[in-house]
Amino acid sequence: MTTHSDPPQESFRLSMLLYDTRYRSMTIQVVALIGFMLAAAWLINNTMQNLAALGKPVEFGFFTEPSSYDINQHILEYDSRDTHLRASFIGLLNTIIVAVLGCVTATIVGVLVGVLRLSKNWLVAKIMAVYVEMFRNVPVLLWIVLAMAILIESLPRPSAFRGDDPDATMKIFDSVALTNRGVYVPEPLLSNSLGNIHLFGQSSLRMDVSLDLLALVVVLGLSIFAARKVTARAERIQNATGERPTTWYINLGIILIPSAILLTALGLHLGYPELKGFNFGGGIHMRNSLIALWMALGLYTAAFVAEIVRAGILAVSHGQTEAAAALGLRPNRVMQLVVLPQALRVIVPPLISQYLNLTKNSSLAIAVGYMDITGTLGGITMNQTGRELECVLLLMLVYLTLSLIISSVMNWYNNRVKLVER
Amino acid sequence: MTQKAFVRTEMLPEQDPPPTEAGIVGWIRENLFSGWLNTLLTLLAIGVIYYVLSGLLPWIFQSVWNAGSLDECREIMKATWGETHGHACWAVIKDRWLQLLYGFYPPYPVYPDANFGEAPVGHWLPAYFRPNLALVLLFAALAPVLFDRVPRKMLVFTAIYPFVMPWLMWGGSVWTPVGIAAGFAILFAVIRYGQVAMGFLLAVIVGVLAALLWWGLIMGYVTAGLDQIVPIAIPSVESREFGGFMLAILIGVVAIGLSLPIGIVLALGRRSDLLIIKSLSVGFIELIRGVPLITLLFVASVLLNYFMPPGTDFDIIMRVMIMVTVFASAYTAEVIRGGLAALPKGQYEGADSLGLDYWQAQRLIIMPQALKISIPGIVSTFIGVFKDTTLVSIIGLLDPIGLSQGIRANQEWNGIYWELFAFIALLFFVTCFGMSRYSMWLERKLQKGH
Repeated sequence: MTTHSDPPQESFRLSMLLYDTRYRSMTIQVVALIGFMLAAAWLINNTMQNLAALGKPVEFGFFTEPSSYDINQHILEYDSRDTHLRASFIGLLNTIIVAVLGCVTATIVGVLVGVLRLSKNWLVAKIMAVYVEMFRNVPVLLWIVLAMAILIESLPRPSAFRGDDPDATMKIFDSVALTNRGVYVPEPLLSNSLGNIHLFGQSSLRMDVSLDLLALVVVLGLSIFAARKVTARAERIQNATGERPTTWYINLGIILIPSAILLTALGLHLGYPELKGFNFGGGIHMRNSLIALWMALGLYTAAFVAEIVRAGILAVSHGQTEAAAALGLRPNRVMQLVVLPQALRVIVPPLISQYLNLTKNSSLAIAVGYMDITGTLGGITMNQTGRELECVLLLMLVYLTLSLIISSVMNWYNNRVKLVER
Repeated sequence: MTQKAFVRTEMLPEQDPPPTEAGIVGWIRENLFSGWLNTLLTLLAIGVIYYVLSGLLPWIFQSVWNAGSLDECREIMKATWGETHGHACWAVIKDRWLQLLYGFYPPYPVYPDANFGEAPVGHWLPAYFRPNLALVLLFAALAPVLFDRVPRKMLVFTAIYPFVMPWLMWGGSVWTPVGIAAGFAILFAVIRYGQVAMGFLLAVIVGVLAALLWWGLIMGYVTAGLDQIVPIAIPSVESREFGGFMLAILIGVVAIGLSLPIGIVLALGRRSDLLIIKSLSVGFIELIRGVPLITLLFVASVLLNYFMPPGTDFDIIMRVMIMVTVFASAYTAEVIRGGLAALPKGQYEGADSLGLDYWQAQRLIIMPQALKISIPGIVSTFIGVFKDTTLVSIIGLLDPIGLSQGIRANQEWNGIYWELFAFIALLFFVTCFGMSRYSMWLERKLQKGH
């Protein structure tokens, strides 16, 4: 009887590509890749043929042509002689504005509702439950058009503010005018402004950056830095002696006083909206479309945020609270030091994905005529130039970029607060 | 030293709790007025409820049901209550509810010009028979999936339903859905019987090729031939006549039904060890999840025809369904991936140690557990997709919101908002709330296993 010290040399056979697990995965992948590439080639080929038949080669030259349409809500200067690229840029800024406003509102309202839903007060908890279910189970588009309809239909016309005995009056010490053409709020004005710096020359990205704002940001940044130093010192003293010096009034002073001095030096005053002719002038004019979109998105997302917050707080086991109480911590310290840090770990990732949803939902602006990136690049620019392929693909690319930025923030946060396990 | 201690020898009779701590009064004290803050909140809440209801209830109930136009409504309101403000004009719903539910779908497709309520002579089917039957059959098809008390044999019907439903909705020859179903039958037959001879992988590839061959080349001739021999057909309905809540349900059901299998495949692809499969899946999922649905609908409305060979022209509802399915699949895939990741590694290793191959392990061990974990997520994705079907109004389809704009553009109902919105919101609320309650019920039921 002979023994073999090594297995018989197998020659490679073609069937091994299918039956041998060593090669099979390779086969599957190659087949999948070929299939994918064939499909992609087929689609691109079809597209090229169709576009050639229509006489529309893929090119982006139209971006430098004048847009010849107006955007009613713009924070940078823009007029219809500007290029399509500039219009898209303004649209992108509008998307970002409504997304940020919406996220802030959603967070504030959501946290409040989520906490109140856990309230021991039965009535309050039920009202909050009704709020959450009502907003979650009705499409956001309906909320947006409803908000727009409420603003247009139920607010007074600017002419109603006129006369000796007007039908409507301005709210909050005569400073805010709620009209069916939009909301006018006071604007901060500076009597001795530092002026602007103009960036990016005459290109489509050109913008004026206010030096006053820059100065304010710098001063505030320095103040916060100093305040953190004070807090760090208090920590050190507490660690060394066990006594924590009271710091809140020092911090408050450090943060507020320099900014206040700066603003006084610049001569801050408020410019109130005033009725001029048939409409209001002065102040900041927020269009109905912006407000409707902002409120609808904010309140709709708040319902989801509330559920996330509630789940996060419930996820911290009761033993944690009890143990902290047993250590002698006061209730607010228990919340601050024990419950919140653990709840936040559960809350923040889904919260950021809600921010992502809100940003994507802001594309519904097109339903109320708010000129965001979908309304400019994917709306009027597309219809005027007839460049559907380029516009839609670019639009998707813009949203994809925004999404990737937000989700990379999420990943960064996740890694930072991840439980370090054994 | 004697020490006298008093020890009671008999138990005292149990006393009732004080009346302020028990019963309704106790409950109210405990839950509504336990402290000054709580009392304040309660009073505030009562104020809010009163404010909302005092506006809402008269609006809902002191309303006009019979009128032909908004002006007429307002006249009736003036005559009855002396003001037009604060009273609903439900007459618009009474006038247009069929449109809001069915769009312009013909009530009696045999007689396309017949109106609702005036059934043509000799016609015995009730109005909107076909969409209503499709809906009823939908519940019948879903029953064995949703409730485990229903006999398993019903699953056969669930498998047939995807071919019955389009035929009922769009009509036409019966042989087209039969032909499409035959393609799937070929696919399964090849896999089932070819597996022994060729092995699973090769059988799948051959089966897919055979099915594609059947659909692409042979089916057309066969169905045309069958139409000649045995012509069974019902009147067909154009896609542009679809609309209303029916359209929302149709798009939602198709997208949800198709997204589950595609989502499972994508989720498996994303967790696969095979680099190319994995990167293709990741790329697809992240691309779709990174863009808003409205851009995908733009793709459906303006780009999808470019992607097809010159000359093909398939209708907008079909294109929208494709894109909404694509959208839903990416989200479902992520939910299922979460379920797969939550499964303990021991389950995978256990399946391996039993000698199961990849597909057996997935089918028998992994998927049943992973799907169970991901049910809440899947249902909330479904709810989201169903709500998002309203976006089709932006590209001009007549879903309820699109129709509400159309109704308002009408001279009689120009300027009517709240009644229409309330009706549409109610439709969606009932459906979505029902789905979320079902998911909670299912979650509780599945929890008992542990």
